[in-house]
Amino acid sequence: MKIHEYQAKSIFRRFNVPVPKGEVCFSAKEAAEVASRLGAGPYVVKAQIHAGGRGKGGGIKLARSVGEVESIAGQMLEMTLRTPQTGPEGRRVRRVLVEEGLDIAREIYLAVVLDRSQGLPVVMASSEGGVDIEEVARSAPEKILRVPVHAGFGLQPFQARKLAYGLGLEAQADKATQLIGSLVRTYHETDASLAEINPLVVTRQGDLLALDAKVNFDDNALYRHPNIKELRDRDEEEPLEVEASSFGLNYIKLQGEVGCMVNGAGLAMATMDIIQLAGGAPANFLDVGGGATAEQVSNAFRILLSDPHVKAVLINIFGGIMRCDVVAQGVVEAAAQTGVKAPVVVRLEGTNVEEGRRILRSSGLNFTVADGMLDAARKVVALSKGNS
Amino acid sequence: MSILVDRSTRLVVQGITGREGSFHARQCADYGTQVVAGVTPGKGGSRHEGIPVFSTVHQAVMETGANASVIFVPPPYAADAILEAADALLPLVVCITEGIPTLDMVRVRAWLSASSTRLIGPNCPGIITPGACKIGIMPGAIHSPGAVGVISRSGTLTYEAVAQLSARNIGQSTCIGIGGDPIIGTNFIDALALFKEDSSTHGIVLIGEIGGSAEEAAADYIQKNLSVPVVAFIAGRTAPPGKRMGHAGAIISGGSGTAAEKIRALQAAGIRVVENPALIGETMAQALGTGSRQAKAKE
Repeated sequence: MKIHEYQAKSIFRRFNVPVPKGEVCFSAKEAAEVASRLGAGPYVVKAQIHAGGRGKGGGIKLARSVGEVESIAGQMLEMTLRTPQTGPEGRRVRRVLVEEGLDIAREIYLAVVLDRSQGLPVVMASSEGGVDIEEVARSAPEKILRVPVHAGFGLQPFQARKLAYGLGLEAQADKATQLIGSLVRTYHETDASLAEINPLVVTRQGDLLALDAKVNFDDNALYRHPNIKELRDRDEEEPLEVEASSFGLNYIKLQGEVGCMVNGAGLAMATMDIIQLAGGAPANFLDVGGGATAEQVSNAFRILLSDPHVKAVLINIFGGIMRCDVVAQGVVEAAAQTGVKAPVVVRLEGTNVEEGRRILRSSGLNFTVADGMLDAARKVVALSKGNS
Repeated sequence: MSILVDRSTRLVVQGITGREGSFHARQCADYGTQVVAGVTPGKGGSRHEGIPVFSTVHQAVMETGANASVIFVPPPYAADAILEAADALLPLVVCITEGIPTLDMVRVRAWLSASSTRLIGPNCPGIITPGACKIGIMPGAIHSPGAVGVISRSGTLTYEAVAQLSARNIGQSTCIGIGGDPIIGTNFIDALALFKEDSSTHGIVLIGEIGGSAEEAAADYIQKNLSVPVVAFIAGRTAPPGKRMGHAGAIISGGSGTAAEKIRALQAAGIRVVENPALIGETMAQALGTGSRQAKAKE
């Protein structure tokens, strides 16, 4: 799960990771009030959306006066922000963060992430802050310091010192080691999947602060963090994905025209891939789960058909322990209920497959029964292009 | 022959009285697996589906001589169940549970590194040696005994590959679903090393997907250590970056973990990578017909 920068900063405050003074605002008037409370300028107004690269899209602006804060916030709260990460459709800005402007001497990168190959969290740090860290990892990997966090003992003081001195923070060594320890504690105690400060800044006064903050959480651990769960902002998510998740379906919207419904994540990805190989483009990823009950299939139908770009649908179910006749029955009922207009290609495999295919053929609905994945992909792509 | 499980495997089912545990304990027993015990805390002394139930894994092992466990325990309790199985000195633990918090698995992995227990999963379909022993949720009927090993991060996609093999009369020595989570007990290299030692495995199907770099590491291992043909498929060429594709571990983050990178690494190691998931079986048939991977690479 992702959260906004201002929410991440409020979590940082709780764990004693220093952040600039500031507050979230939902209107220009509120922004002006916050700025007045912050004291003398300069101020920074930052659009709050769940996507990076905001600066490049005009989502981060400096203001000299309270009046300027008000007018910038007003413009930002009206805008649809396009950044390299939002895609061309952009993201509507609904909240802004108004903060004190800092006198910055240095920018550093600091994050706690999971190292999958080691099976441990690692602290990553680089003296190259405020830039795309993946770019640094590619062009100058030696500039990235990495320290693994022991699963039982946690981060040791010497490891924090190793990072602090490695970053050249001699003058702020105590502040830096404390901050690194606090960030690791944030990661652990909130079940984060990423806790990133980019940039961590050293001010001309010698203070260390998290100028930006990004915290993502492990969805599987949200059940033990009810407070964090409440930070979810559904406005930042694709509405169809939100609806699908409420039915326990795994749906991700894509740009193509072939809707697909598959049981199992791996097979669902493979189905998208084979649609592309057959010359089409998948409209979505949709995993109805290993079982694929009639109710799941019915909900899945409704969701994938509410995407107006879908011209044809491919259902690929590997029955396994579920009998194909039961799955076929579910598909027929769901299609009848939802009133499916688009052509539907069904590929079933597993126990009782012949009976399943018979049920589909005799349903009187617009089904094309396919034999194997490739056949299914070719048929559905042809139908999506209007020629069968 | 096979790796890890065979007719001598004696299985204890942790979470046997739950819906999933109950159903699949029955399915495994029907396949021919010796399901000797079940564990549900507080229900020790009873019987479930004719199988004796114990309150602890330790008791189950002492009473029945179980030497492998399968876990169908809900996510909040699954890490503890894995550790309990390791504490009872079971050599093999298969965890089916999906949705275990990552930091729980960080601790489990550290604990297991100091034990002799091998964990398969979590978030996996399990392991099967066709005709001998099935531990997990895969449909037994699609498998057939033979000489091809299958290793996969996926569930139904593995069934797809197995069905393609069986349809061409290519049987399987053992099929392992290693799991779709970011932290798993047995990775590709561990499984490949086991197949390397199994003289009856003459070919290997490797099914990977986006996320992490386990396939790249596997490619390097295969090139240096294996002489049998390997056919690989990587799911998710069309997956967008930054989106979790169903499996907790299937995500392209920060531009790394893409299918293209993995395919490049596997091809560079001389491994046959199929673009089309419908051709996994056919490609293995060709590979077995044309000799070893090394021979192919030297052409």
